[in-house]
Amino acid sequence: MRKILVGVKRVVDYNVRIRVKPDGSGVALDGVKMGINPFDEIALEEALRIKERGQADEVLAVSIGPDEVQQQLRTALAMGADRAILVKSDAAIEPFSAAQALLAIIRREDVRLAILGKQAIDDDASQTGPMLAALWDRPQATFASKVELQDTVARVTREVDAGLETIELDLPAVLTTDLRLNEPRYIKLPDIMKAKKKPLEVIDFATLELAVSAHLKVLKTEPPSQRSRGVIVKDTAELLAALRQRGLVS
Amino acid sequence: MTQVLVIADHDGSRLNAGTARCVTAALQIPDAKVHVAIFARDGAAVAAAASALRGVQKVICINRAENEHALAVQLAPQVVALMPSYSHLLGPSNSFGKDLLPRVAALLGVGQVSDLMASESAHRFRRPIYAGNAIVTLETDPAAKVVATVRIASFEAAGSGGSAAVETVNLNVPLPTHTRFISVSAAKSDRPDLQSAAKVVSGGRAVGSQENFQLIYKLADRLGAAVGASRAAVDAGYAPNELQVGQTGKIIAPDLYVAVGISGAIQHLTGIKDAKTIVAINKDAEAPIFEVADIGLVADLFKVLPELQALLGGA
Repeated sequence: MRKILVGVKRVVDYNVRIRVKPDGSGVALDGVKMGINPFDEIALEEALRIKERGQADEVLAVSIGPDEVQQQLRTALAMGADRAILVKSDAAIEPFSAAQALLAIIRREDVRLAILGKQAIDDDASQTGPMLAALWDRPQATFASKVELQDTVARVTREVDAGLETIELDLPAVLTTDLRLNEPRYIKLPDIMKAKKKPLEVIDFATLELAVSAHLKVLKTEPPSQRSRGVIVKDTAELLAALRQRGLVS
Repeated sequence: MTQVLVIADHDGSRLNAGTARCVTAALQIPDAKVHVAIFARDGAAVAAAASALRGVQKVICINRAENEHALAVQLAPQVVALMPSYSHLLGPSNSFGKDLLPRVAALLGVGQVSDLMASESAHRFRRPIYAGNAIVTLETDPAAKVVATVRIASFEAAGSGGSAAVETVNLNVPLPTHTRFISVSAAKSDRPDLQSAAKVVSGGRAVGSQENFQLIYKLADRLGAAVGASRAAVDAGYAPNELQVGQTGKIIAPDLYVAVGISGAIQHLTGIKDAKTIVAINKDAEAPIFEVADIGLVADLFKVLPELQALLGGA
């Protein structure tokens, strides 16, 4: 069976302006709206399109985290994933451990393609995809903006600093999604009802028996330094005068 | 002993400006001895540029045909082969470093510090999370190697005038063939590079179309500036993806940033907060961009840009 694994991370909603706890112990998350990491929605959409073109048989959404993550996996099922797996852990999971856990699932499920977001918008680490590809000893195509799948290879266009790069990968492989790969679909009400009946398996992180160690210890969390508001000029001439005064324009 | 290896980003002939900033980041680590590694088909020209960076003790050049297109899967095992001599590995947090360094970290069996913005000790670092809305201080295992991508906007470029020795190294490492370079379409431009430019003019959604974006290019050319764009402008097709500035695009720190028709979503502001002077031109007085702008002008960009062009004179 040709399976696609999609990584799903529960993160603070894109539109929420987060606050740092006054005691420096972290970011205040109580009562904050949560959702699927936007890049992971793009990953899921791409997997669904591949399956709809007849190039995959099953789309498997996998997440790692506490029980509440089941909400996001149900959303993924409503979008169209066939099955979901929650690797349950109440502890904070570093990208390296996430890659280890995803690899354990990949080995169990015989996955042909893994699609992850290029970064999660909470920790902005941008690590899990390449780490997974490295541990799996398989190709990676990060920042994908176009994916063409054939029987044994994928041709992927990547958004790189120079422009657009195209590479060819033997499958299985790991892709990470950039913003312009696709526009994720909206979920319709009947799909939410259907998703309730789809299989969502919960596996305890510990049962994967991974050699996990904490690499990064967070000592404190602080708000960033703020820029102060400057002057408002009244017209173009004043703007130019202000720029010249600062020596920024001749 | 703190031995830092900086992986150079380059296009085969020129050293990317981010590398000089990574060298500064490396020199901030206490007692660091800094080497720069260049992976190329023929890295001689790039090595010469790297050896002139002040503070670099040695440049290591690994010439190999497979290194021409800098594929992460092929560079990673070579970097790993160099690492027994080093305690720290740094690279730029751009599309090159973000692709390569996590792969190296995983092969080394360590976590990665992403977007390093300051080093407090050899194992204690500061980095932004949540699009820069929080800064964490974290500590890595003192017994493990440190792999970090550098938030290059946080560091000035290392000066020139150095003359580090260049050593050509032959690494006998088998490389995978499962990944093949096909092509790259780079928009050829005579304009300054967005990531390293001293001046940047950026357009947002309010610019309205790809044709109107010519107004942005025109002003940029008159100022000798690079061109940037907000995510909204790129998503709408007004500007190509490599011009995107912000959390999911490029993080920049020019002397002058001119935001034209950009409202200033937090995801955009995180990409420009280290700019020395921010100018905002927007007809919406309530736009969040004015909260961070040093000079603001509440006006219609279609009126201001031609006026500015006329006042500046020239084409």
